[in-house]
Amino acid sequence: MLKTRIIPCLDVADGRVVKGVNFVNLIDAGDPVEAAKAYDAAGADELCFLDIHATHENRGTMFDLVTRTAEQCFMPLTVGGGVRTVADVRALLLAGADKVSFNSAAVANPDVVAEAADHFGSQCIVVAIDAKTVEPGRWEIFTHGGRKPTGIDAVEFAGTVAAKGAGEILLTSMDRDGTRAGFNIPLTRAISDAVSIPVIASGGVGNLDHLVEGVTEGGASAVLAASIFHFGDYTVAQAKAHMAAAGIPMRLA
Amino acid sequence: MLTVLVDYESGNLHSAEKAFQRMARELDAGEILVTSRAEDVARADRIVLPGDGAFPACRKALDQTGGVFEAIEEAVTRGGRPFLGICVGMQMMASWGREYSDTRGFDWIGGEVVRIEPANPALKVPHMGWNDLVVDNPHPVLDGIQTGEHAYFVHSYHFRVADPAERLAHVEYGQELTAIIGRDNIVGTQFHPEKSQRAGLRLIANFLRWNP
Repeated sequence: MLKTRIIPCLDVADGRVVKGVNFVNLIDAGDPVEAAKAYDAAGADELCFLDIHATHENRGTMFDLVTRTAEQCFMPLTVGGGVRTVADVRALLLAGADKVSFNSAAVANPDVVAEAADHFGSQCIVVAIDAKTVEPGRWEIFTHGGRKPTGIDAVEFAGTVAAKGAGEILLTSMDRDGTRAGFNIPLTRAISDAVSIPVIASGGVGNLDHLVEGVTEGGASAVLAASIFHFGDYTVAQAKAHMAAAGIPMRLA
Repeated sequence: MLTVLVDYESGNLHSAEKAFQRMARELDAGEILVTSRAEDVARADRIVLPGDGAFPACRKALDQTGGVFEAIEEAVTRGGRPFLGICVGMQMMASWGREYSDTRGFDWIGGEVVRIEPANPALKVPHMGWNDLVVDNPHPVLDGIQTGEHAYFVHSYHFRVADPAERLAHVEYGQELTAIIGRDNIVGTQFHPEKSQRAGLRLIANFLRWNP
């Protein structure tokens, strides 16, 4: 049986791990490669690196991190942040990423998803959707770290990128990100029901029950969390045991 | 001993190279070489064919990599050299791929590669993540890998094997999906051993030691 995945996410800026609280107040939490190795050993199912200050000048730092991580961790690694073109995807895959995540670029031009999926296959193309509630039951895509509204309906957009060949959706609730109040369940459910590709729930995890809800109520195939793991509130093993006890199929060590 | 990972520009060989290098070092199992040259394939003791993306694109890319497929076929079918296909590299061992259009595979393992179509809409496609192996037929490359061990999968098409004796392991996903195939000197894994932590590294080690 396919297991639900737990994906620790490492927000990376200038080669170091940070975690944004609502994308401000960055706190340095260490070396990404060391953190990746620790999560590999701890039984994380995948890892995610998000380059939150991606600029043309600092791309080299990220490639170096990805390369060093891929040399030491034999588990799937998704990399996102500042990915705009097929050439960006190729460079990250060559550095050792297994999946590459588009965000703003897919909003600006959904065809880049199709182009990348045609080149490299859907299996390695993730689209990160940052959505904010605009009225009950309606969510809009925001870009640029949640600052810029686009007027695009999140559920509709999820369907669009799935049809373009995205292999997975990384869904972040901008209402919940950094709040520790739990996933936005109605949003997660709406997107998960709208597409036939896997959805990763993200944004708002504060305790282990939240992870359970993301799957049982939100319909997510995977749950992504950062702070609760980075700051040692819970281990990956505790999270898996808790989810398994709730009846969710997990890969236990 | 030389093990080649065939690079025909269909996917990322970095992780696979590192995983094979690590196990080759631990076992003192010789050199790992990533290559797209037919002459390297011809002199190799073991051949690994990875592959990511669509079946027709991979097949086309392989056929366009100067003489490499011919070298693989010669070494494997006449030379009896151990061969491991990974993901689409495994799928191409089939008679036919039915992705987008009908594409001929190597026809080494009878069967066809068809889209995963779960009856239950809650089962997402791609089949992505960790699934537990069910061993169908014991094999040297499965030494130390039991039913219940997890491997990492990411694929939307699966290999329907004609002869059950050539399916070494499967996983459950609303239906049975082929996980490992093999006969004589050839094996293939639908999952990514280089991403499958313990079981994956074990399988790589077994392959490097395998003398069919």
